[in-house]
Amino acid sequence: MSKNIDFPFPGLFKGMGLTLKAMFTKAPVTMYPDEKEIPVPRARGVISLDAEACTVCMLCARECPDWCIYIEGHKEAQEPAKPGGRIKTKNELDRFDIDYSLCMYCGICVEVCPFDALFWTPEYEYGEESISNLLHNQERLVDWLQTVPEPPALES
Amino acid sequence: MSFLLELGIKVILMLAVVLTAALVTIYAELKAGSHMQTRIGPYYAGGKWGWAQPLADGAKFIQKEDLAPAKADRTVFGFAPYVVMMSTLAVFAVIPMGPDIVATNLDLGVYFILAISSLSVLGVLMAGWSSANKYSLIGGLRAAAQLIAYELPLVLAVVAVVVQAGTMSMNGIVEAQQATLFTIGGVEVALPYILSGQIIGFTIFMIAAVAELSRIPFDMPIAESELTMGYLTEYSGIRFTMFFLGEYASLVALSAIATTLYLGGYAVPFLPESMENFAGPGIFLIKVSFLVFLIIWIRWTWPRLREDQLQSMAWRWLIPLALFNIALISVFKVVL
Repeated sequence: MSKNIDFPFPGLFKGMGLTLKAMFTKAPVTMYPDEKEIPVPRARGVISLDAEACTVCMLCARECPDWCIYIEGHKEAQEPAKPGGRIKTKNELDRFDIDYSLCMYCGICVEVCPFDALFWTPEYEYGEESISNLLHNQERLVDWLQTVPEPPALES
Repeated sequence: MSFLLELGIKVILMLAVVLTAALVTIYAELKAGSHMQTRIGPYYAGGKWGWAQPLADGAKFIQKEDLAPAKADRTVFGFAPYVVMMSTLAVFAVIPMGPDIVATNLDLGVYFILAISSLSVLGVLMAGWSSANKYSLIGGLRAAAQLIAYELPLVLAVVAVVVQAGTMSMNGIVEAQQATLFTIGGVEVALPYILSGQIIGFTIFMIAAVAELSRIPFDMPIAESELTMGYLTEYSGIRFTMFFLGEYASLVALSAIATTLYLGGYAVPFLPESMENFAGPGIFLIKVSFLVFLIIWIRWTWPRLREDQLQSMAWRWLIPLALFNIALISVFKVVL
């Protein structure tokens, strides 16, 4: 029974000293809208698209765990390489949308892309008041490409 | 001056002082609490340091819908917050802020305070019972058990002060603390009771006061993890504001009582008596805010006790200690 009240007196007062010290220490807080935090270069902020590199292979859309990538494309006839040669077909990208209200930033699409068409960029300020505006269309995804940082130097 | 006019002026002045003090206390709690947790706390409301945050919170609460559960006893449910609020506000009627700055100098001031401040548990029980909610009911019962357990050490601690002062009037107790205790080289030294024998009593009083306020480390009646919000669970809007404001007003009230009983109230040693009406309120408020800060500080540092630990602490430690304190003070009173 006597263990019911086991008053750790020194501990209690040590704790009070700690909170008092914390009160007079400046809180390590970034006052966000006024001052901005600079994310690390390889932060996963938003995914950008290099539309030229995309071949509409659909691997990213199929691997996406959230099914948040929407791709549409069509085949186009291509001029034969030599006159009289066989007419080849080429996939043309019509639509490439990522719904960031569904995306969970796993990065599988970036990993899986065989043609290096998708890149992470550290930008994070694309919050919207309406959830439907989080669906970024192809133009917007291509615009993000400007913010992609230089890839890290290769190890020699 | 007619009685009614005097009464009206006193009531309005008292309300203004007490409610402002409660709002300032809420702000202090928000700000000090956040800085103790290395946060910033309110920052934008009011332009600088978020000083208008308590007002903004109040305005928000008032806009909220005043909900009551379908099975609640509407009359009791609606009346409970005001019982709590009234019992707190009535305490301030006898607290002196200067020799003449007191609403009423009752001869039985201490008795009045102990009687009226215990009424708040009635409001809490009313709230807990009338909400028709299991959390509220258990919270109300816990509050009642806690208040009964801690009212005793509180009263016994105050009895020791009354014994030492030889009066029950709040003004009388402050004046008794200005009586010359001893003289060093012709200088008459008067000390507040905390420094002249009441240190045990002061400790017991503060522990019991924090328990009466049901604040951390004694916040079982509204323990969030077990009881949602205890007896406050079903309250919203203006009624919740009343409880909230009442809680902080009673924090100020209990600090004011402790200041008067133990810290010498409006008086400080070596202050000439002619200055007391002038400087008294300021001195009083400084002492009160020190105690308020102490209680806030404890709240943001210490963990919560268990229900049985709380009861065990009151009945097995504080009450015997308080009785011992009374015996000690009585002996000294008779001997010296």
